[in-house]
Amino acid sequence: MSSAAWRALFTLICAVALAPTLVPAQEPDYGLAPQRIADDVYVLVGRTEDFSRGNGGNIVNTAFVVAPEGVVVIDSGPSRLYGEQLRRAIARVTPKPLLKVFNTHHHPDHYLGNQAFADKPTAALPTTISGQRSEGGAFTENLYRMAGDWMKGTESVPAREPVSPGLVTIGGRPFELLLFAGHTQGDLAILDRQSGVLFSGDLVFWNRAPTTPHADVATWLATLDRLEALPFRLMVPGHGEPVPDARGIAQTRAYLRWLEGALRSAAERGDEMTELLARPLPPELATIPLSRLEFARSVAHLYRRYEAPTLKQAR
Amino acid sequence: MWNRAKRIAAVALAAGWVGGCLAAAGDDPLQSPQWTELRRTYLGASPVVFDPRVKVSGPQVAEDSMNVPVGVRIDGLEGVSRVIVIADLNPIVKVLEFQPRGALPALHFRMKLQQGSPIRAMAQTADGTWHVGGIWIDAAGGGCTAPSVGRSAANWTETLGQVQARIWQGEQQSRIKLNIMHPMDTGLAPGIPAFYIERLSLRDGADREWMALDTFEPVSENPVFSFDFPGVPPAGLTLVGRDNNGNRINAKVAR
Repeated sequence: MSSAAWRALFTLICAVALAPTLVPAQEPDYGLAPQRIADDVYVLVGRTEDFSRGNGGNIVNTAFVVAPEGVVVIDSGPSRLYGEQLRRAIARVTPKPLLKVFNTHHHPDHYLGNQAFADKPTAALPTTISGQRSEGGAFTENLYRMAGDWMKGTESVPAREPVSPGLVTIGGRPFELLLFAGHTQGDLAILDRQSGVLFSGDLVFWNRAPTTPHADVATWLATLDRLEALPFRLMVPGHGEPVPDARGIAQTRAYLRWLEGALRSAAERGDEMTELLARPLPPELATIPLSRLEFARSVAHLYRRYEAPTLKQAR
Repeated sequence: MWNRAKRIAAVALAAGWVGGCLAAAGDDPLQSPQWTELRRTYLGASPVVFDPRVKVSGPQVAEDSMNVPVGVRIDGLEGVSRVIVIADLNPIVKVLEFQPRGALPALHFRMKLQQGSPIRAMAQTADGTWHVGGIWIDAAGGGCTAPSVGRSAANWTETLGQVQARIWQGEQQSRIKLNIMHPMDTGLAPGIPAFYIERLSLRDGADREWMALDTFEPVSENPVFSFDFPGVPPAGLTLVGRDNNGNRINAKVAR
């Protein structure tokens, strides 16, 4: 056989062998369906689960507000794909241009969709931007591990504009940008003045246990009191269904108070982390989805801070 | 799932894939591919039993693979002279070796975990038999090959070897918790040689040893240990120790 014939045969074999992979794989679908919760205000409610290959990281709430001149997006989701599908979901609701994307804090499920909004202004608190810069790589790697293929092509793209708190008008609609802390070092809450919808970010979890990898519990509890004093009519928590009153705040507060008490009393008794892990949760908190898992994670995040002051310098 | 896949891959590799997966693990309840070899290395030809009285506790998943809390408790087993703790799949397997002496055969510590692994406590009784218990702890990885956190702080040399301690006294049982400032470098992070505490013991005023502990690289940075004593521990205990560079540890543990 001539070399040309060999080459043709080789090409044929390769084509046959590769044929199945040439069929374009269908893009996984988050099934994002914007839910209208007030005039011109939409929420995409994620599942109250942990990151998994089943949910692709869609465990978070994102939202958008249609202002007279354009759209304001609050959080961009856990992946490039989510961001793209969010953008298409918005376009199905309104043809108005995207004016601004806010990230409420630096946790990956709230901003890894920024990639899909790279041509739009993305904004976050300065502490959030620095957190996205320093921890984005590790966050992304971790989500690839937990959510798999859904993360394909996702890279951490930090927000570009620093937000300063205060009243701003975007696209002809007034928003109050509120600087808080506690869940992380910088947590942005956004009050849509016109509808009275308060987007709390992860300062409030509703029927989903709070997460604490960057939390300061005492600060967080103080923040909840300030949130409760705001004139909101409907709250969109970072995780869980929108709630028309302060029940989300109350539940988050109850969990955090119990957590802090459990950590403190265990440290004062001289308990070890594994002994604390074996402790039962109070029944009213044990029924909150993921409370057992998040409690175990919180012990790892926080126990050392409560334990260290119980020990005395030995010479 | 990722960890599970990795685990299956490790089993497959170790067993040469063909047959013998289970035979390699023997009667090991944790079905570890390494067990047969580890048993030979650490326990030699001594008799071995898997014993539910040797209880290891820890999280199901290591949230922080640099600081994985582990507890060992041995109830209802007389005359435990030594307890060895190993992590089968860690790049450095042996974590510590504990001689309870006057203490109860129980201790708590925190360790680095490079990947999901069995964590075992192996307790030797007076008749020479090793009693083995353990759990599987899953981990995302990276605990052993990352540099210690304190290395980034300029003053770690100033606090090296400092000890914080507390005794919680109870009628039935007392606890001594110790925190020793030390980088505990594994030698696996690029450019940083192994630097770790090798030996710790608690001694009374008459220099009698109340517990002795050999520690190895997988023990966490700035390690925290808890030891339990029956009744009230002796007065005037001193923590005495050294690291592999010859630095000494010497601190009085106030009651």
